[in-house]
Amino acid sequence: MGWRMTTKFEVNGKPVSVNVEPRMTLADCLRHELRLTGTHVGCEHGVCGACTVLVDGEAVRACLMLAVQAEGAKVVTVEGLSNDADLTPLQKSFRKHHALQCGFCTPGFITTAHALLTEEPDCDADRVREVLSGNICRCTGYIGIVEAVLDARAAYKK
Amino acid sequence: MKNTFIGQPMERREDLRFLRGRGEYVDDVALPGLLHAAILRSSVAHGKIKSIDTSAALKRPGVHTVITAADMPGGPPIVPMRLQPLPEFKPFEQPAIAHEKVRYVGEPIAVVLAATAAQAEDAFDAIEVEIEELPAVADWTVAQRNNSVLFDKQGTNRSMVFESRKGDADAAFASAPYVRKERLRTGRHYGLTMEPRGVMATWDAAKGMLTIYGAAKVPFFNRRILSAQIGLPVEQIEMIENDVGGGYGARGEFYPEDFLIPFAARHTGRPVKWIEDRRENLIAMNHAREEEAILEVACARDGTILAIRGEVHTDMGAYMRTNGAVGARNVSQFMAGPYRVPHVKIDSSLWMTNKTPVGTYRGPGRFEANFFLERMIDMIAEELRIDRIDMRRRNLITAKEQPYPIATVQPTNAVDEYDSGHYPETLERALQEIDWPRVSKLQGKLVDGKYHGIGVVCFIEGGAAGPKETARLEVNGDGTISLYLGTSSVGQGVETIFAQIAADALEVSIERIRHVHHGSTAYVSDGYGAYHSRSTVMGGSAVLDAANNFLAALREAGAKRLGCDANAVTLDEDKLTGGGKSVPLREFAGLTQEGVFLNKKHTYSYGSHVAHITVDPKLGRIEIIDYVVVQDVGRAINPLTVKGQMIGSLVQGLGGAVLEDLKYDENGQILTGSLADYLLPLASDFPNLRGVVLDKYPSPINPLGAKGAGEGGIIAAGGCMANAVANALSSLGVQPRQLPLSPAYIWELLQQAGRKAAE
Repeated sequence: MGWRMTTKFEVNGKPVSVNVEPRMTLADCLRHELRLTGTHVGCEHGVCGACTVLVDGEAVRACLMLAVQAEGAKVVTVEGLSNDADLTPLQKSFRKHHALQCGFCTPGFITTAHALLTEEPDCDADRVREVLSGNICRCTGYIGIVEAVLDARAAYKK
Repeated sequence: MKNTFIGQPMERREDLRFLRGRGEYVDDVALPGLLHAAILRSSVAHGKIKSIDTSAALKRPGVHTVITAADMPGGPPIVPMRLQPLPEFKPFEQPAIAHEKVRYVGEPIAVVLAATAAQAEDAFDAIEVEIEELPAVADWTVAQRNNSVLFDKQGTNRSMVFESRKGDADAAFASAPYVRKERLRTGRHYGLTMEPRGVMATWDAAKGMLTIYGAAKVPFFNRRILSAQIGLPVEQIEMIENDVGGGYGARGEFYPEDFLIPFAARHTGRPVKWIEDRRENLIAMNHAREEEAILEVACARDGTILAIRGEVHTDMGAYMRTNGAVGARNVSQFMAGPYRVPHVKIDSSLWMTNKTPVGTYRGPGRFEANFFLERMIDMIAEELRIDRIDMRRRNLITAKEQPYPIATVQPTNAVDEYDSGHYPETLERALQEIDWPRVSKLQGKLVDGKYHGIGVVCFIEGGAAGPKETARLEVNGDGTISLYLGTSSVGQGVETIFAQIAADALEVSIERIRHVHHGSTAYVSDGYGAYHSRSTVMGGSAVLDAANNFLAALREAGAKRLGCDANAVTLDEDKLTGGGKSVPLREFAGLTQEGVFLNKKHTYSYGSHVAHITVDPKLGRIEIIDYVVVQDVGRAINPLTVKGQMIGSLVQGLGGAVLEDLKYDENGQILTGSLADYLLPLASDFPNLRGVVLDKYPSPINPLGAKGAGEGGIIAAGGCMANAVANALSSLGVQPRQLPLSPAYIWELLQQAGRKAAE
């Protein structure tokens, strides 16, 4: 076992402390150390976007960031954008527009879309497509996803 | 019937967990005492294994064991074929781990088991593998020379020729007034799933029970394979289907790892997990598609197709995998597509090469056949100076000709016929949707530096492979009902669809069907799984049979409690009613009935694609202005998910048409080993796509009237895009003859056209 570092950060509003090898990615740390398995790993080289999480409000690929780099950060995963009682407006919109099939890429699209709509609730279809082009979905063909994100804009307008 | 859930666009019940990140995919399952496996793979495409020394690796931190072929007494087991398991293929099947020879880059050589996946991978560089390299067979044209053979004892690289025959093609050609011959080829693609593959296995020595997590697609069949390989009866093997991150034909087939990981668990007595990484996935998961056709079409001067004749060559990669023969078989049987062709003669050769082995990818052989024939129809129409749409109208099969017999394939003696439908109808509808009178004026026009082109093609999609599917209904303790199925989910929404069918059949609310369980071997007595667009038709029809049996059993049990005749008992949501009394359904908890659907025939849905594109001659770049798919699916159980299948498969098809190609060099080294090299469609690539689902002609071969409909978008995308490009560049005489239509290929075609014009 290589040497380890203790890293403290916040995940979905709760403080966490992990003792991990410096080479461990944030994605593996979230999934295997913290058991937040909603963040999925699809390529491990920063192309597919399935592992996208929010770090201090920005959409970040958790496979391209080391867990130790999260020191002091506020990390939000798909679990942090969900609740037991009901689907959120963004999630409802995904369901309504059949914006998912196998569901594997879905958490990455939810986090990416949430970051976009939080910053730019007035974005147009071209902007949605541009931002979502960093995430790969192999099932839906994206039409439903883009419609879902556009339809969810109203919920993000202040 | 009281309910009409069938036919409603219903939101999916699966979504509730997936959207919250609560799906449970195989890598999400953790067990105490787990060992992680990493697989050392060959970096050499073709060679003799001289020695493997794992001793240094065993001393590496965290390493528990290293497994090689030497750990398997009598040599590693062979992975047998599932579909078309002909004796001729036997010598070409893959050993579960490399033994004596390696035949492709990516072939498993050793399995390292360690405390973490990273430690297992760290140990790779401590394994000494000595391989004597042999000349690589890089494609089918090299393979046919037989200078270097993959399987020494066979003496040839050709594993099979499928012969597809109808009528007397040679006689028809001899008297034909017009013949066109072309050579066309498709790229090498694969059913890349966003979730890489994964297997976890546990061995309970006390109970003698082997449990496999991560099963998908065909778990019952795979259990039988593993049972024979590992020497345990099927009752001592349980396959558990977790959520599955995409299938597309590639995932869930039995791969070498599906033996190696259970073997490792039994070998060590510890739970073992292997999760594929993306680089592995690109070289280990089944490849598909790379086919070349040398094709002749005979026609009357008015464009009536008289006969099709020719040969197809498929680059099979290194081994015959479980479903590896399907594409090469299908391309021969379905070369005529939805058209009336009285005489067919196609010889389809399967060539073994030093590449990742081939399996199916959504629309196997059909994507290729559609590209080959549809490309030729446009070329023929142009040469005969007839309208290419009229030529299609003239040859499309009509309702009064159904059932329509198609070519028979040898040596499997596969006799088949189309089931129902009026094929010209979807073409007319697609032309109407795209506003043909308006867009047709743009054909070949140069507007603002871009050429406009329209592609028009028609297709046929097979579905509903038999022989059987099983479903079971059971009353739960709370008075709800559970549905168990032998078919599997690969993400297509079967939980919702089967709940719709069961609720309609039982005339209860859809919420009453509380759980829909599928895929795992413990649920029903037998199952066949999710392939060949079969789940809805086969599983759904089995649900109908189970519902009948279940209602009969409830009536009988209810009659005893209510003291009336069984015929007088009705299921009334949460109670049984009869003789003026009622009894709660929950009091029959545990009552269960199975149902089956047996089928030897296939369904054939059909449709048309019309694409309006532009081509930028400076960049060779294609842009889609509008794209319409119209497909008649017999009966749409859930129009929302059918349309999802249509658009989703269309974008996969567009990937194959313009982006995707697994490239190798002459030494059998893959050149597209990452997602930065193997290009997939992105959200910004194809924004303007539309789908129209029709259900005018139900299938006569199943009680639902449904037809398999998972491939309609993908099958015709290559042909449609290539025809659109040809149409756009018709003034320059450009004729694409291969896929993908990459900017580089289009630019090259334009350069050739320019040179020709200069001469």
